[in-house]
Amino acid sequence: MKIKFQIGGNNITILATLLLFIVLFGSGSILYEGFFSLQVFLNLFIDNAYLIIVATGLAFVIITGGIDLSVGAMVALVSTIIAFLLKQGVNPYLVIIFVLIIGVLFGFAQGFLITRFHLHPWIVTLAGMFFARGSAQLISTDNIAVNNKLFLKFSEIIIPFPGGSFLSIGAVAAIIIVVAGVYVAKFTSFGRNVYALGGNERSSLLMGLPVRRTKVMVYMLSGFCSALAGIVFTVYTLSGFAMHLLGMEMDAIAACVIGGILLTGGYGHIIGPLLGTLSTGVIQTIITFQGTLSSWWTKIVIGLLLCLFIVLQKLIVTGKFKYRSTKVSRKEEIKAEKRSSI
Amino acid sequence: MKTLVKRFAQSKMFWPLIALICIIIINLILIPGFFDIKIYNGHLFGSPIDILNRMTPLLIISLGMTLVIAKEGIDISVGSVLAISATTAATLIQSHSIFIALLAAIGVGVLCGIWNGVLVAYIGVNPMVGTLILMTVGRGIAQLISNGQIITVHSKAYHFIGAGYLLGFPFSVFVAVVCFILLYFLMRKTAMGLFLEAVGGNQTSSRFAGINVKKIMFIVYVVSGICAAIAGILISSNVNSADANNAGLWIELDAILAVVIGGTSMSGGRFYLGGTVVAALFIQTITTTIYTMGIPPETVMVAKAVIVIIVCLLQSNAFREMFMRKKAVEV
Repeated sequence: MKIKFQIGGNNITILATLLLFIVLFGSGSILYEGFFSLQVFLNLFIDNAYLIIVATGLAFVIITGGIDLSVGAMVALVSTIIAFLLKQGVNPYLVIIFVLIIGVLFGFAQGFLITRFHLHPWIVTLAGMFFARGSAQLISTDNIAVNNKLFLKFSEIIIPFPGGSFLSIGAVAAIIIVVAGVYVAKFTSFGRNVYALGGNERSSLLMGLPVRRTKVMVYMLSGFCSALAGIVFTVYTLSGFAMHLLGMEMDAIAACVIGGILLTGGYGHIIGPLLGTLSTGVIQTIITFQGTLSSWWTKIVIGLLLCLFIVLQKLIVTGKFKYRSTKVSRKEEIKAEKRSSI
Repeated sequence: MKTLVKRFAQSKMFWPLIALICIIIINLILIPGFFDIKIYNGHLFGSPIDILNRMTPLLIISLGMTLVIAKEGIDISVGSVLAISATTAATLIQSHSIFIALLAAIGVGVLCGIWNGVLVAYIGVNPMVGTLILMTVGRGIAQLISNGQIITVHSKAYHFIGAGYLLGFPFSVFVAVVCFILLYFLMRKTAMGLFLEAVGGNQTSSRFAGINVKKIMFIVYVVSGICAAIAGILISSNVNSADANNAGLWIELDAILAVVIGGTSMSGGRFYLGGTVVAALFIQTITTTIYTMGIPPETVMVAKAVIVIIVCLLQSNAFREMFMRKKAVEV
């Protein structure tokens, strides 16, 4: 099998993001001593593992033309549940399975409300976000430390790399999720349905694709990813708190948008969110290296970057439509010419 | 008389009013002395007055939100705009006169509204994502203004706005009433309201009818920004401090809830400022009731999330059809 590679409409956004990442990483390396190392690069994976997982799940939702605002709150809820249950002395394996099921069920409930009753995905998942945060607060308003042996062991496992650098288990999980996501999007009928649905819901319904089932499954997938990210995040911070990751949904959406996934749906590559997260991660690292700037600048810069990329997307989309409309009019011209010649 | 009652039962005010009356009756039975109003130092005191005083920021934000939702948009940045305006006012009042502080706070609201308006109306970003940017970035900006600290205000004149009394009533109530009258006048006595309903109903056809759709959308976001800024002033002056992290946290859901309960549909079109007022009163009464009854305050958020979904379900045609069909089968 030969894989064709060409620069075209389908991967131009990915290349743009890759370029952005290289420029950011390069400028960081020039500005700060010790920036250019394998460990700094791997740290991007370690520190953003949860975000990569969430953004990959969210990407599927966005490609269908929906949105899931509940992801950040879901991570916080899962971390609170894990910390609370482990404190009660519940078996950690059971806890992990339990939270994954909760994530899937939560996603199912949202997807069901959206598809069955045609509610706005915005409003349903916004309510879901408040529901998850509220439930987490109901469980505990305190920051609970996790000192379960299995979780401690998880957090200590390192995968060594040449040159003394390493990856954490969470980062490996994130990479596995991305690879699985790319496989699902490219080589399964579910993935094809997701793209078709995002492109045009009516015509995919008329084609006989399982529109409703796909939509619900996409939200379930996003719920599953959020729950998994919650586990990774709990291993990373070893604590559960209802107020963890306030406003993380914007980071996840930003990662998707910067990674070239169109908010209007139907377009984008699942590797995009990974690249988007790495880019925002580099910004964060640069601000940490700089040292004097407030950490709030990270949010502001990411917000502005998100804004910039949304505007770029708009230009791409409108450019496409212009191109299409001129094509159609050209065809009609030809037709008219033929008619007149007859 | 019968037609009057019937007409009232069909009006959008009916359900929020019924809900409000229900919650008031529950309060009458469960909490003795809930409606005692005492006069102390020439001011009125008591739970109802307290509810009125506390609902004003929510009410003002909900009024702005009503207009945004009427054009089939949404503004989830109101909480952050509120925090920015509160910190701006609280920082400026340390060194400048109160008028400059208030003007600057409202000016910040206008700027935030312009930002949202340009993004949504002129660039055409999805309103939820467009305002989500300011929702997250706004808290960061507020943190930068306040240097990450809670600012305390010592100005008595400033404190009067949020906690002072005029003619026995809290001063903030008068601010809310003025806002309501201004918006009502703007929306019902000028063509603006009609244009807005047209845009919310069908953007394409209103554009063909000669309405400047983008301008209407832009104005609506600016109004929402101003409303959020006024609410920020009220909140910070009430507690004499501005907290960039927690001022107006999650007020956006309350505001959306108030608008939707008030009868304005999430899919745009007709809007009801009066309904929003009643609904805001209802939400604040519920919150106060939960606090007085000793139910843990954390339940409020879960309850509100569930109520939002239920109200949206009631507005959805698919949900109604499900029950209609059942009824038809029974008959």
